[in-house]
Amino acid sequence: MRSPARVRAAKWTALVIVVVVAALVPVFETDPATVNIAVFTAMYVGLATAWNIMGGYTGYVSLGHAAFFGFGAYAFGLVLAHLGIQAGYEPFVFVPVAGALTVVLALVIGWIALRTRAATFVIVTIAMMFMIQLLAENLVGLTGGGSGLSFPVPPWSGDFFDTPFYYAMLVMALVSLAISWWIRRSKFGLGLLAIRDDEDKALAVGVPAHAYKLTAFMISAGLVGMIGAIYGYYVTYIYPQYAIDPLVGISLVLMVFLGGLGTLWGPVLGAVILEPAQLWLAYNFGASRLYLVVYAAVFLVVILLLPRGIVPSVGDLVKRLIARRAIGPSGTASTSSDTHTVARVQSP
Amino acid sequence: MSLLEVESLSKRFGGVTAVDGCSLSLQLGSITGLIGPNGSGKTTVFNLITGFIVKDDGDVRFNGRSIAGLGPNRIYGLGIGRTFQLARIFPRLTALENMLVPVRRSGIRALFSRGQWHDEKARAMEMLAAMDIANVAGLLGGSLSYGQRKLLELAAVMMARPQLVLLDEPAGGVNPGLVERIGEHIRDLNQQGVTFLLVEHNMPFVMGLCQQIVVLHRGAVLAQGTPADVRGNPAVLDAYLGS
Repeated sequence: MRSPARVRAAKWTALVIVVVVAALVPVFETDPATVNIAVFTAMYVGLATAWNIMGGYTGYVSLGHAAFFGFGAYAFGLVLAHLGIQAGYEPFVFVPVAGALTVVLALVIGWIALRTRAATFVIVTIAMMFMIQLLAENLVGLTGGGSGLSFPVPPWSGDFFDTPFYYAMLVMALVSLAISWWIRRSKFGLGLLAIRDDEDKALAVGVPAHAYKLTAFMISAGLVGMIGAIYGYYVTYIYPQYAIDPLVGISLVLMVFLGGLGTLWGPVLGAVILEPAQLWLAYNFGASRLYLVVYAAVFLVVILLLPRGIVPSVGDLVKRLIARRAIGPSGTASTSSDTHTVARVQSP
Repeated sequence: MSLLEVESLSKRFGGVTAVDGCSLSLQLGSITGLIGPNGSGKTTVFNLITGFIVKDDGDVRFNGRSIAGLGPNRIYGLGIGRTFQLARIFPRLTALENMLVPVRRSGIRALFSRGQWHDEKARAMEMLAAMDIANVAGLLGGSLSYGQRKLLELAAVMMARPQLVLLDEPAGGVNPGLVERIGEHIRDLNQQGVTFLLVEHNMPFVMGLCQQIVVLHRGAVLAQGTPADVRGNPAVLDAYLGS
């Protein structure tokens, strides 16, 4: 039978296999074009997972996370220039500095934005993103404005160039996942889920909602900022409209919705499906931005057929099949086991 | 000794004075009923005491300390729990998780402690068993019946061992058998030392359960005393039937 210990062992084994396979990608696949896709996929796994801490667990949908992504990139570029760090592996050591600066920005923005709820919050985050973009464009002395900000260029050959960035993105994805997992099972995480369900009720049973939301926002933004920093170094040149791109913020939200909002693995699955698909469309159909049409279609399919996302829907289906087999084909599924499958859907 | 003192509390919403110089005091270990016609300000008084809305005038003291101006979560932390009209629970958390939300670690420790400790879980299961709903511990809150939600909300509020609990219509919308059971649970908890203030429209329920009744009318206290006193008061009959 499915004892908890065996299920846990199976989960850990699956996790180890996934990590090992992910770590071996650049070893077996040396075509830079493919590794490039892997870099961006790992990047979106991290971004979607980090966004999910705020949007999924806490229920506050931010469409402005691109601001933290771009801010992290700019902060990183400026830190490297200011400290005179040479290109190579050394800059990666300073990624957490960009994360810390992004956390400070998130503290300021969250302090104000989190006084609003629901749709108002969504709009405030969009407005905040465009404000940051405008600042990046207009603070020419600091950011270089429209002519962009350059990073030191690593002295690696074309064949090898993507590999260090792939591992950096993979580490960030794993760190985001570990933090997301940790939060999900902590008292703090339980408080976030309570806020998502009913914020006033959460306050009434002692959850310090404002502090919790702000903390989740800062953790989420800090991770996104660090990923943005690595992105900036990877592309070596950033411009306000590409570093702070509304489409980045919307893509990662779509990935989370596709995979399963508020689940641990949903964002991973969504990113692994959508990002390679988007890049494939971009490479094959040029800069036509056909992928935007595909994104719209995916969004419609998710809303119509999988409103809860893949992970909860498929998990539910599998458990229902197991329950049916246990009862036998002739018997109707008992209500208790049916409701029980519903009950466990939320846990990752 | 009085546990809670409400002193000439007032709250206006635009031109409407919802609570108008309301004063009442709750004795430690008592069960007090707050009654009054619809719109007399009962729920507003609850929201003022529990910090959901900010008073315009007056004061609320709990254990001799002013709590007016504190947020709801702080007030819960000081030992005042509440339930809501129409039983509010967390629909996408299991019943057991609903029980564990109120048990908190303060500050940064919340980040580093697990959501479900063994001893907390055991206590939660005990509470659920006491309410006869231990069998639904693993179900999502949203899949419970209304009566189960009422019991779960009451059980969850008790998890942090509050000294005072405010119940907003504990008998509202449930069948007579369950009304009786809820009354017994309140009496049991009261025996264990919990003080209650409850808003209720079910008169036999209130009169049978409470030692003290406070009648609210147009935001002010119209009468207070034992159930017998209040029942015989002509002003109370007037307020209810209209004159």
